[in-house]
Amino acid sequence: MNAAEIHDLLRKQFGAEKIVGANMTAIDPWVEVAPASIVEVSTFLRDDARLQMDHLNNLCGVDYLQPDAKKAAKFGHEPHIEVVYHLSSFELKHKITLKVKLPRWKDGQAGELPEVDSVAGVWGIADWHERETYDLMGIRFLGHPNLCRILCPEDWVGHPLRKDYEMPLEYHEIRGR
Amino acid sequence: MSLQLEDARVVEFDVRTDEMLVNMGPQHPSTHGVLRLLLRTDGEVVHEVTPHIGYLHRCAEKIGENLAPPQWIPYTDRMDYLAGMNMNLGFSLAIEKLVKMEVPEKAMVLRVIIAELGRVASHLVGMGAYGLDLGTFSPFLYAFREREIILDLFEEVCGARLTYSYITMGGATHDLPESITIPPGLASLVGKRNDLKMSWIDATRLFLDWLDRRVSEYHTLLTRNQIFIKRTAGLGILPPEMAKSYGCTGPVLRGSGVDWDLRRDGDPIYTRMYEGYEFNIPVAPFAEAPPEVVVGDNWCRFYVRMLELVQAIRLCRQAMDRYPKAEGAYRVPYKMSTKLPKDEVYLETECPRGQMGFYIVGNGDAEPLRARAKSSCFCNLAVTGPICKDFLLGDIPAIVGSLDIVMGEIDR
Repeated sequence: MNAAEIHDLLRKQFGAEKIVGANMTAIDPWVEVAPASIVEVSTFLRDDARLQMDHLNNLCGVDYLQPDAKKAAKFGHEPHIEVVYHLSSFELKHKITLKVKLPRWKDGQAGELPEVDSVAGVWGIADWHERETYDLMGIRFLGHPNLCRILCPEDWVGHPLRKDYEMPLEYHEIRGR
Repeated sequence: MSLQLEDARVVEFDVRTDEMLVNMGPQHPSTHGVLRLLLRTDGEVVHEVTPHIGYLHRCAEKIGENLAPPQWIPYTDRMDYLAGMNMNLGFSLAIEKLVKMEVPEKAMVLRVIIAELGRVASHLVGMGAYGLDLGTFSPFLYAFREREIILDLFEEVCGARLTYSYITMGGATHDLPESITIPPGLASLVGKRNDLKMSWIDATRLFLDWLDRRVSEYHTLLTRNQIFIKRTAGLGILPPEMAKSYGCTGPVLRGSGVDWDLRRDGDPIYTRMYEGYEFNIPVAPFAEAPPEVVVGDNWCRFYVRMLELVQAIRLCRQAMDRYPKAEGAYRVPYKMSTKLPKDEVYLETECPRGQMGFYIVGNGDAEPLRARAKSSCFCNLAVTGPICKDFLLGDIPAIVGSLDIVMGEIDR
């Protein structure tokens, strides 16, 4: 199946409230899923005989923010965070990209991490990918079995891949810069 | 801080085997770099294995957001530092796909030669280091003797021995040399005078002919060695369903019996490099395997690597036959200031250790908005917890070693 057919199938199955957008002209076509429905859509993609998306190639976050005020005008995106899921099927050899768009901070309150349901129950590897995304991008995955930092030390403050992250000047008496 | 027990006899006469938490690593020689495994043991039996990673974390992805793609190439070298060429290739292809760049035929053939030679070098280390994990030293010495020649050949091509930054957007930084002095190591191995001049391709061919005959020796040393079979067969079994769910790729996936290789099943921009080449994709089960072997165990993963080594030699030879006749230049220039379009690309390539993916989001600047490197070893390592459960402590290095991990790639 090509990406447009997969999109049509998802649209028919879940409707416009759950499949909220798509871009079929991108190099890697993507489908945008409502944050509350990601587990439902993922389970369908994995289990449906026409799709069989049994391989989660990649899961990561992207921070859309231009911290430099001078460049912000031509940046072209509202500030938000995306969680991107790259899926493919071993059997049927097709692929699709899912996206979930989240606010940069939950309810607009700085410091409160945005939340989305975890897909660790759908694909085993999502467990580690979500821990990494939480660690570096600061997205809370609800229902994750063990959401703790994976690459940074446990007492690290902040989430380094956020565009407005500021490098700490000191960590355990190690001075930076 | 000292712990004072009130009555020493309580400890002395207590012979129950309590559960114990043991740290293996991060400085343990058999954990392949700085990996820490937290083991929950009951006597000799390990009930739970929790990998702790991140000791080599450099936040390469954050650095990538502030650099133009040609400047980030050296950082990809330092991910899987045993297969730097393959890392360069994966990232270069991703950028070429994003900016819709066409690569000449000659550059594609050159890339096949280099990438497959890199695969040979990487699998040699995989074989040698695995022998080391199991307590045999000689395969490691043989593997490094052979790898040394490949590093010499790579040095002739680009000047570096480990972190090459050789394959870049549009092709490679240099053409293959017309005339080189034969690497001293190769001269002594094949019994030639060490001031002999020859073309780089002839030297490589000379080396591959020599290496080809050594592969059966490795099989005698390890693959069919009864001690090796006892330590690997039937241990660390990874069922195909679990391998797929955990996103395992490369030899780990094929050792579990899933027929999947991106050189055949991947993205067209990658598979067209391998069009018209003859090569097999080794997948478990194997007819020649000893009877103790189960699909998905340590032995299968190891044997897939050994067979891939032979296939890589085969591919390399075919590419070298094509090279003199290939059309076009060895590269087309890529400007540092090239603006990445407002689009995104996710591309995976078949690296020696599995599928390495690069996800690049462009936003009209020369620097990408997001540069994500999905590591193959990261996914392969995630499976250690489930497959090491309820094995003996001594088998843990054998199982973890069979995954053939490189921490530089996992921690990035």
